[in-house]
Amino acid sequence: MKHEDVVCPFCGCLCDDLEVTVEDGHIVGVKNACGISRSKFMSHGLNRVSAPTVEGKEASLEEAVRESVGILSGARRPLVYGLSSTECGAISKAVELAEATGGVLDNTSSVCHGPTILALQQVGESKATLGEIRNRADLIIFWGSNPTEAHLRHITRYSGTAKGMYVPEGRKGRRIIVVDVRETGTSKMADQFIKVEPNGDFELLEALRATVRGVALRAEAVAGVPMDQVRALAEVMKGARFGVVFFGLGLTQSEGRHMNIDAAVGLVAELNRHTKFLLTPMRGHYNVAGANAVTTWQTGYPYAVDFSRGYPRYNPGEYTSVDMLARGEADAALVLASDPASTFPVDAARGLAKIPVITLEQKITPTSMLSRVVIPVATAGIEAEGTAYRMDGVPIRLRKLVEPTEGVHSDEEVLGMILEGLKGGAEK
Amino acid sequence: MKELAIRNGYVFDPLNGVDGEKMDILLSGGRVVEKVKRGAEEIDASGMAVMPGGVDLHSHIAGSKINIGRLMRPEDHRRDQVPKGRVTRSGVGYSCPSTFVTGYRYAQMGYTTVMEAAMPPITARHVHEELADTPIIDKGAFTLMGNNYFTLKYVRDGDMEKLKAFVAWLLRATRGYAVKIVNPGGVENWKWGRNVHGLDGNVEDYGITPRQIISSLARVNEELGLPHTIHLHCNNLGVPGNYQTTIDTMDVAKTIKPRDERKTTIHVVHCQFNALAGNNWMNVRSGAPKIARYVNGNPHVTLDLGQVIFGDTTTMTGDGPWQFNLWNMTGNKWVNSDVEMEAGAGVVPYTFKPNNPANSVQWGIGIELALLVKDPWRVYMTTDHPNGGPFTHYPEVIAWLMSRKARTDAMNAMNKAVMKRTGLIDNYREYTFSEMAIATRAGTARALGLEGKGHLGQGADADAAVYRVNPTQWRPSQYKELEKAFSRAAYTVKAGEVVVKDGEVVATPTGATHWVNAKVPEDLEKEFIKDFEADFRKYYSVSLRNYPVEDAYLPAQRVHAAGGASP
Repeated sequence: MKHEDVVCPFCGCLCDDLEVTVEDGHIVGVKNACGISRSKFMSHGLNRVSAPTVEGKEASLEEAVRESVGILSGARRPLVYGLSSTECGAISKAVELAEATGGVLDNTSSVCHGPTILALQQVGESKATLGEIRNRADLIIFWGSNPTEAHLRHITRYSGTAKGMYVPEGRKGRRIIVVDVRETGTSKMADQFIKVEPNGDFELLEALRATVRGVALRAEAVAGVPMDQVRALAEVMKGARFGVVFFGLGLTQSEGRHMNIDAAVGLVAELNRHTKFLLTPMRGHYNVAGANAVTTWQTGYPYAVDFSRGYPRYNPGEYTSVDMLARGEADAALVLASDPASTFPVDAARGLAKIPVITLEQKITPTSMLSRVVIPVATAGIEAEGTAYRMDGVPIRLRKLVEPTEGVHSDEEVLGMILEGLKGGAEK
Repeated sequence: MKELAIRNGYVFDPLNGVDGEKMDILLSGGRVVEKVKRGAEEIDASGMAVMPGGVDLHSHIAGSKINIGRLMRPEDHRRDQVPKGRVTRSGVGYSCPSTFVTGYRYAQMGYTTVMEAAMPPITARHVHEELADTPIIDKGAFTLMGNNYFTLKYVRDGDMEKLKAFVAWLLRATRGYAVKIVNPGGVENWKWGRNVHGLDGNVEDYGITPRQIISSLARVNEELGLPHTIHLHCNNLGVPGNYQTTIDTMDVAKTIKPRDERKTTIHVVHCQFNALAGNNWMNVRSGAPKIARYVNGNPHVTLDLGQVIFGDTTTMTGDGPWQFNLWNMTGNKWVNSDVEMEAGAGVVPYTFKPNNPANSVQWGIGIELALLVKDPWRVYMTTDHPNGGPFTHYPEVIAWLMSRKARTDAMNAMNKAVMKRTGLIDNYREYTFSEMAIATRAGTARALGLEGKGHLGQGADADAAVYRVNPTQWRPSQYKELEKAFSRAAYTVKAGEVVVKDGEVVATPTGATHWVNAKVPEDLEKEFIKDFEADFRKYYSVSLRNYPVEDAYLPAQRVHAAGGASP
């Protein structure tokens, strides 16, 4: 059976034009997908967690849930982390679970675009949905982001080469500029590459902003970029009919972090006094935007939320997972839809290894290997349905294409079971 | 079957001509009925005011815009933290409350139905996900259409039939309740960083005017027989002198023939922001008398206030260029969010200051509109939450409308411009309980065409509020008591169940989402879809198949028919 317009649950592009062929309950073909997406669909059955385990030993689902309830109800400062690669129903249950345990809730933004959110809370943001950019942008700047390797179909679907209402000629109708510390796949297809010194983004952004404001700077070069080039770039930006900056971790996770984004937002805001200009973060995980959205509408805050006082509190740097774990503050963790043991700094990963961890996973990962409880779950977007939010905030419904292995449930269902167990315990 | 009797209250049910009579309200199976069995649960409402559950027809409670507000304002949340309760979830309040808290706080004030005023079609799922997480109250959302590519295209082509098919299709696809228009043409121009100025300005790339967009949508709205009129945020919002644009805009809908039983053809939202006279923010004064004179002479218009509340709030509208202006005026943080093919939005925090002359005039304009429009059925109380201020301040607005002393005391504490540049000081009108019930439930329910809401007649939805104030003894000098009574309902009943008791939430049922199943003849539908699909495929960044909102997003739904057809 052929499924059309299938949504890809991999990156923040959330491409929704895939064609997936299913035979006898197995995916046998994928069309329109990028390499990563194809592999996600075709290999979703490989390396799976085969059964729930407790202390490394196979257990029934009931035993694993009971053990999880025990760990969470015995913990003084439990951490619920991950969320960004699952659907919104599961995220909603995770919020409820963190609230019920008086724990801390965090998602992967704390190690990717958290600084983007901090900047937004400081100064705002001027953004648009991706179709708006496809239809109108004649100037596209990739700053510290490299879609040719991280968001493979971004350039063809939404930005560089896509044809749009007011850019019918596609690539020829757009000027593409890459600002990065080294040449990348994206810079090779760009009209211009501007090499900025590592950790020099803030200075370069502020120099551009000053130049756009008409302030003459005396420097000869800023962050390794000659002042002539800075002035020329400022003119190009002002002269665009519709410009956009797509920025990635090169900006959020280099020196300056949220201050870099603050400067980028300020530059773009300033440009709006001359022309139309926007900026958009290149979100990585396919539903990290959804994790922020759900957590925000339910608690007021996008990540790093503490429920220990019975009401939500927010403090990145304190309630963020890396900090909680590195300080040895969390005494238990529930991880879903993420692999922090691989991606966290070593101090935080060590902190995770020292405490009882419950992991909801499809695959065997470094995190699942150090967990006390592992519960296999269905893959959202392949074996379970639900909502995901694209990097620009557009919500799309993920489809269920095949049945999960018997006895395997969705993240939302498993979290629901743990939550029921916790409530049952509280009532006794 | 759950039954409930609200006994001996002074009942205000203006749609059924009941004005403070002492009577029993009997509820069974989620409806108002004639009789209940012995042993039904009883509420002793003696000495208290009983009204239908409140109906808010314009509030921003769900979707990407309010969620941007929540996201960008942790400092706002910190002032109003809400702990988890026995039956309630935790959250935050003030200007951008979390979804759970939104439901609780409306119910605590005796409100049982609230309409989200601006839903961008492509993010409709987001609106519905949040509405599903908003407990207790019934709700609905108005679909943004005034700057939609297809609207502009069909207006340009003069193709009213396809426009009609499009409006019907989009309401169904987004599960929307009404046609919302925000700064028609201006938001489209903003996509190039510009605006339109007035009704006859040029909408770039289309060569049409806001006037054409409004009249076309108003006509199509009535031909489809939608329950509510067009719901319009006028051009030139926030521009001193704009009262003239507002009057001209109202006049555009004058010759439109309304659907059968309705007499109105246009609802002008948060009119305070569009009732400014003077030529700049230094000499701004009230345009309310001129607008009221027009409204009093023209029965096709309804409006809501958008009352200003002093203090810090978060402004959010679908009017991107206006929010850009506000950012330029205030220098506060600014989020702009353009939506492909359809709409836009902006969010800017703002503080209304009592010592600021312009803000005090704005405060006065809202109240003045409410007092000068003679027909209480056509002017409704809102703060355009959270633009004028958070909805939790409604009880203060009620006090200002029902007590001249309340507003005199308020005026004495603010800039004297309110005395000089509005006519408020010479206005002695005070709303009666009945008029207040019209402005907050009966009138709004009627304007929305929500037949089961806003009244307590046989068969009405069993939504009611009991307020701890004795209308036979209350005097306007006791406005503080009134405020208290309306802040914390003695009882709120939703679908026959007591959800609030003594101002505390005691149950959190799921409220229904209302939407309108509008239809056009099959041939027209086919012809439209062919044209629509081709453009959709070329210009949208999602597939058409993934665009309409699925049933899964509406855990409880109430479908309304258009044009008298069955839904």
